[in-house]
Amino acid sequence: MHLTLHVWRQASPDQPGRLVEYAAPDISPDMSFLEMLDVVNERLIQRGEEPVAFDHDCREGICGSCGLMINGSAHGPMKLTTACQLHMRSFKDGDAIWIEPWRAKAFPVVKDLVVDRSAFDRIIQAGGYISAATGTPQDANALPIPKGDADWAMDNAACIGCGACVAACPNASASLFTAAKVTHLGALPQGQPERERRALAMVAQMDEEGFGGCTLHGECQEACPKGISIDAIMQLNRDFIRASATKVEAAEWTGAA
Amino acid sequence: MALTLDAKIPAGPLAEKWDRHRFEMKLVNPANKRKHSVIVVGSGLAGASAAASLSELGYRVSCFCFQDSPRRAHSIAAQGGINAAKNYRNDGDSVQRLFYDTIKGGDFRAREANVYRLAQVSVDIIDQCVAQGVPFAREYGGLLANRSFGGAQVSRTFYARGQTGQQLLLGAYQALEKEIARGGVTMFERHEMLDVVLVDGKARGIIVRDLRTGEIESHAADAVILATGGYGNVFYLSTNAKGCNVTATYRAYKKGAAFANPCFTQIHPTCIPVSGDHQSKLTLMSESLRNDGRVWVPKRREDCGKDPSAIPEADRDYYLERKYPSFGNLSPRDIASRAAKEACDDGRGVGPGGRGVYLDFSDAIKRLGRKAIEERYGNLFEMYQRITDEDPYARPMRIYPAVHYTMGGLWVDYNLMSTIPGLHVLGEANFSDHGANRLGASALMQGLADGYFVIPYTIGDYIARTPLQPVSTDHPAFASAKAEVEARTKALLAVNGTRTVDSFHRELGKIMWDKCGMARDAAGLRQALEEIPRLREAFWRDVKVLGAAEGLNQSLEKAGRVADFLEFGELMCRDALHREESCGGHFRTEYQTEDGEAKRNDEAFAYVAAWEYAGDGVDPILNKEPLAFENVHLSTRSYK
Repeated sequence: MHLTLHVWRQASPDQPGRLVEYAAPDISPDMSFLEMLDVVNERLIQRGEEPVAFDHDCREGICGSCGLMINGSAHGPMKLTTACQLHMRSFKDGDAIWIEPWRAKAFPVVKDLVVDRSAFDRIIQAGGYISAATGTPQDANALPIPKGDADWAMDNAACIGCGACVAACPNASASLFTAAKVTHLGALPQGQPERERRALAMVAQMDEEGFGGCTLHGECQEACPKGISIDAIMQLNRDFIRASATKVEAAEWTGAA
Repeated sequence: MALTLDAKIPAGPLAEKWDRHRFEMKLVNPANKRKHSVIVVGSGLAGASAAASLSELGYRVSCFCFQDSPRRAHSIAAQGGINAAKNYRNDGDSVQRLFYDTIKGGDFRAREANVYRLAQVSVDIIDQCVAQGVPFAREYGGLLANRSFGGAQVSRTFYARGQTGQQLLLGAYQALEKEIARGGVTMFERHEMLDVVLVDGKARGIIVRDLRTGEIESHAADAVILATGGYGNVFYLSTNAKGCNVTATYRAYKKGAAFANPCFTQIHPTCIPVSGDHQSKLTLMSESLRNDGRVWVPKRREDCGKDPSAIPEADRDYYLERKYPSFGNLSPRDIASRAAKEACDDGRGVGPGGRGVYLDFSDAIKRLGRKAIEERYGNLFEMYQRITDEDPYARPMRIYPAVHYTMGGLWVDYNLMSTIPGLHVLGEANFSDHGANRLGASALMQGLADGYFVIPYTIGDYIARTPLQPVSTDHPAFASAKAEVEARTKALLAVNGTRTVDSFHRELGKIMWDKCGMARDAAGLRQALEEIPRLREAFWRDVKVLGAAEGLNQSLEKAGRVADFLEFGELMCRDALHREESCGGHFRTEYQTEDGEAKRNDEAFAYVAAWEYAGDGVDPILNKEPLAFENVHLSTRSYK
């Protein structure tokens, strides 16, 4: 196939970026999207031009490194598919493809298609865990968990932290990401002691990072490569409201607890 | 100068060694722990669990990873599960049995004491992970579910759908983030370790490149832990993530850490076959699929091009069931891989280029229903369909072996310390527990055992017993290591030749796969030992790395890693050539039984080969740690 690419090039965070057009002839439909970019980059290097920087690692759709806006869609046109698992057979010979980085205030561009998603780590730091220091806890089977609860926890734990939800959201909200972790841990008995503080602290951190609020557009669940449902956001809202009512201070949690 | 390899295995009966050792270890007073600092390189299962656990104890920890977040380390991609001797199934499992299966699975080339300890702490790992909220699969009664894996006749594998590695890593990552928030761990993302720094013969720090700014930084500590994974990407095509590399362990080797058994590499039998020259990596299909999938090829070569549904039962060769009736489709990885290669070499492979065999679920779908199969393997089936454009519910999967894991790694003693005092090595980066072949679902077990339950004890003993003078990064050893790293970076940029880094990496990968892959022989290895230095010379003469030393430069990152692979590949071939026997993943065609099985030579090769760097252009020195088997009987591995 022969394609025309329009790729966002930006040398560094403080320099302006722009879309640059590249011809991409002789692309095999069996290539993944990132393998197509590899081929384009090899050709750029041969011509003495700097290759396009993009984040990627496992290329199996699980590490969450890759994240590209492809023709305006997070991870491109296939549902439930990361950019690395998208194959060129999803495109037609002669197509023009626009490739841009995630766009969100809280995800500043580092270079070309690479953005800084460290805000997600800081949201987890605020409370996205169960405080169970390494030691010798009770036997794992001493705590039976109904299969439905365990499955619901797993549905939400499947988040890969890629940021597609933020990129797809008109408000650049991180609500789905935050809600997925709150819902995963809140579905389990081990997660109960810290449940209210967790919801308050993670939402506070999300706001502080500059993500927008959720107005239930639902674009996030459409873009999520792992199929995480906005039901999680309902759960987050419930936990948040209940925690607010019991007046647990978020600061108490994020501080020297 | 030959090294003294003291494995420091505690005295006493096997089952009591670890308890006794823990009691005999010196402790660091809780108030003094905060005065000590530890560097952890890598944030996968081993690194993240170590960093979090050491911080919980009170040490000041710095953790480094090259990815943009510690959550992205390649442990995340492990699919199938984690072994533990819980015996929840009442099917005869025990610590002793897990120990024996692992020793036998490794073809009797691992250390008994380490493997026994691994089996002992395996049960604690599951408890710890459940306490952290890892959502393991459960039965309707609410108790944990299990599945079977290759090389075992009990059901001891715990799993979280097809994403067990992801869930275990996120558990460790969340513990790590908890400690970062508390101030116990300082995290350095997008930082790549490029050298280890020795002061007075002890590991006291590292040199890293900040991948965003390009700045070369020095970091000092009382001890250094490498948890930097395996070197499977020396083959270019592997199931590893693109960023996985040998640089950290190889640089440590060049500073004096012995590299053990580098030729022990694992070829995983069930991966999606190569589709063309553009291929950038290979995708694994979890071994758990072999619980319900049946492996076959046509009996007759002329049937290979036919639609599989048009080949009647009588014309199919279920070769694993035929050759290994008691383990069948759940034969260990090395055996299943070689059997696939044999079938394809015999001209009975299927798919493009004849490099594939069928993994067929039609029996299981008939027996259990499509829904049950969807529930067990849904995400894997989707992934297969996405990549190949074929529906595995309707048509058998095509699979072929691919490089997956490396059992070799830096030599460590029972305390997980390398031959450099203070330099500890965990997880896939060390050599210690899997011998010549790793059993499925044991990598996750080892990574977490090392990080949660071994290093927190042993590093304390090291710190308590070792006089450690304060060292800062102003020490001349840091300045000289930093200058070397900077010079190397400059040298890579200065070549300005005509070929891309990837083109060299592919060429190296082909040499390694053809001559040091699933089957090896002396003639091929000797050829490889001539070809690799030539390729390395061409690389330094003709590689083209664009951009600058400052700022994000992914070509430069890759170039540094490939430069190290170009040296390391030679060490692998040298090790493979010297080991004149077949064992586990190391199959020398000259040494096989009449029916094509691996033929070990215990008399001559029941030892760990620990290679010692002796200078550029000088042959490395072979050191041997004899393996004493006091608790198991050395037998010919049989899965028949």
